[in-house]
Amino acid sequence: MTKLRDYEPIVGRDIIDELELCASKLSSVVIQNINSTAVGGGVAEILMRMVPLLQELGINACWDVIKGGEKFFEVTKKIHNSLHGQEADFTKDEIDLFIQTNEMNSRQMDLRGDILFIHDPQPIGLITLKKDLGRKWIWRCHIDFSNPDPFTWNFLKSYIERYDVSVFSAPSFARDLSIPQVLISPSIDPLSDKNRELPQEVINQVLEKFKIDKERPIVTQISRFDYLKDPIGVVYAFRQVKKYVDCQLVLAGGGASDDPEGMKVLAKVQEEVNNDPDIFLILLPPASDIEINALQRASTVILQKSLREGFGLTVAEALWKAKPVIAGAVGGIPLQIAHKYSGLLTHTIEGTAFTLKQLLQNPEYAKKLGENGRERVKKNFLITRHLRDYMLLFLSLNHKGENIVYL
Amino acid sequence: MILAQEPFHFYTRQNLTYLTGRKAKNLQELLDGIKEAPSATIYHHTHHYLQQHEFLSPEPPNDFAYWITNVLQDDVLGEKVASIDLRQYFRLHDIKARIIEIIKKSLQGNSDPNRNVPPGEEFHFMSAQTFVFPTKYIAHNLMEFKECLQRISIFSIYYHMFESRLRLQQDFCDFSIWLSNALGEEKLAKEFMKLDPYTQTLENLRQTLIRLVAKRLGEPK
Repeated sequence: MTKLRDYEPIVGRDIIDELELCASKLSSVVIQNINSTAVGGGVAEILMRMVPLLQELGINACWDVIKGGEKFFEVTKKIHNSLHGQEADFTKDEIDLFIQTNEMNSRQMDLRGDILFIHDPQPIGLITLKKDLGRKWIWRCHIDFSNPDPFTWNFLKSYIERYDVSVFSAPSFARDLSIPQVLISPSIDPLSDKNRELPQEVINQVLEKFKIDKERPIVTQISRFDYLKDPIGVVYAFRQVKKYVDCQLVLAGGGASDDPEGMKVLAKVQEEVNNDPDIFLILLPPASDIEINALQRASTVILQKSLREGFGLTVAEALWKAKPVIAGAVGGIPLQIAHKYSGLLTHTIEGTAFTLKQLLQNPEYAKKLGENGRERVKKNFLITRHLRDYMLLFLSLNHKGENIVYL
Repeated sequence: MILAQEPFHFYTRQNLTYLTGRKAKNLQELLDGIKEAPSATIYHHTHHYLQQHEFLSPEPPNDFAYWITNVLQDDVLGEKVASIDLRQYFRLHDIKARIIEIIKKSLQGNSDPNRNVPPGEEFHFMSAQTFVFPTKYIAHNLMEFKECLQRISIFSIYYHMFESRLRLQQDFCDFSIWLSNALGEEKLAKEFMKLDPYTQTLENLRQTLIRLVAKRLGEPK
């Protein structure tokens, strides 16, 4: 189990001290996290790391999971997709099931928190208990909310506005709401397998495994095979650069085998690549964190040419490894990259090709961008900042509307 | 070593960022948004970058200038907004008025003030809530003051150097007031006051402060 002090060599003693200072103001408060799954998925992954760290800081934090049948989770999956812009087509039975499942959980759960920290839409209906229980209620949205289906949005809004505060991951997810909206970006864990330092032998082994030449520049994009990540655009950009610079392209990602759309995209990319020996299409199985880490660390330049993006934490992962990154200016990416300072933002295939050529031919500039990027992640996108923001969020509940709070 | 009449208590501060839901897709909308923005919004967009990019030299400019230059791609206006000498202002209201004045002037000669940026690249107005905490660091004399400067976080330096001017609405920072009033160190206080904290990284600023105090203490370089 990772301890808070394990982060001290990375972020500095002063940052850990200030986390303790913040936590000392929350020692008598019970924080109850509630989501819909104990394992799998980004929210469970975050809570698994955050809750023990909050406890280590002396905060009485706990975590509970709502119960629901298969049909309920089919409805919540539909809600999730419609928040991503898919048209919603809910039957009355589906809506009733969502409401009834939330009511059942309201009756059965032991809601003991002074602060009820509800994650994502699945348990959102627990808020109906607020009028009887009182307490402070936070709704934390981990989903891309930039283009929700209007029906789903209005349905959720009727719940959200009963909370004390809502939390979103990127500025573009902000909505027109009558309650305060806090911006808390997600984070990466520098001590996880995906991000920790790796011995050079491990990196070499991974390159050998995939037969990638470590002597020539490596350009990498790590992402699912998804049209929104524009893998074919990446191949086009690479081809334009390849005319002038001898380099290799790695497109690596998982999640295609159980995703028919992903398989279609992969087939299309394969067709486009046409057995080019310098382009490596790598379909990674789940739990390939060390491989991803090694591929990122072996890269000369990392791309994230997304056309649409939630937060895009792969950018933070790449920057943390001090790699120069070229990425699409979408979703949470502009929050992570200040253009020309900690990476480069592009909008087109041509722009990506042009900047890629620049970085490959100007290693000093590329190095500086990478170093700046790492510092930017260190200050803003590590789990320690995430912890601090959560604690400030809890403190804010008793200081609504105050610009400056003296503690 | 002269003992201070009152010890200096170091505080630190942390910010929680709020989304307002308001956004601007062109220069006119940016101006309208700034005009209606409360001081917590002006504060956020003209100050948060100092900490988020505190390691960078040169630093990216304030949020308004960054967006005007890099997204709206109006280099001339971006440069003007970036070059506002924040050091000379100690009221957010005055910073806001100056930004409005510059953008208004630019709009007068602008043939297309409603030229929109690509969807998804709008300027998002935000604001900040500041939490101030007392730290364990207390200085009773100049030597202790220097030792504390070495240990406190950059957020504490930020609080006492930047926010104190806005809080006091005067051209003084907490450090210079204490040096002058509690220790009688007028010359050192003036040297602190002369610094422009906006154009150097916070870590560089820390080193400059330590160097000035060490020099006063007669320590070798």
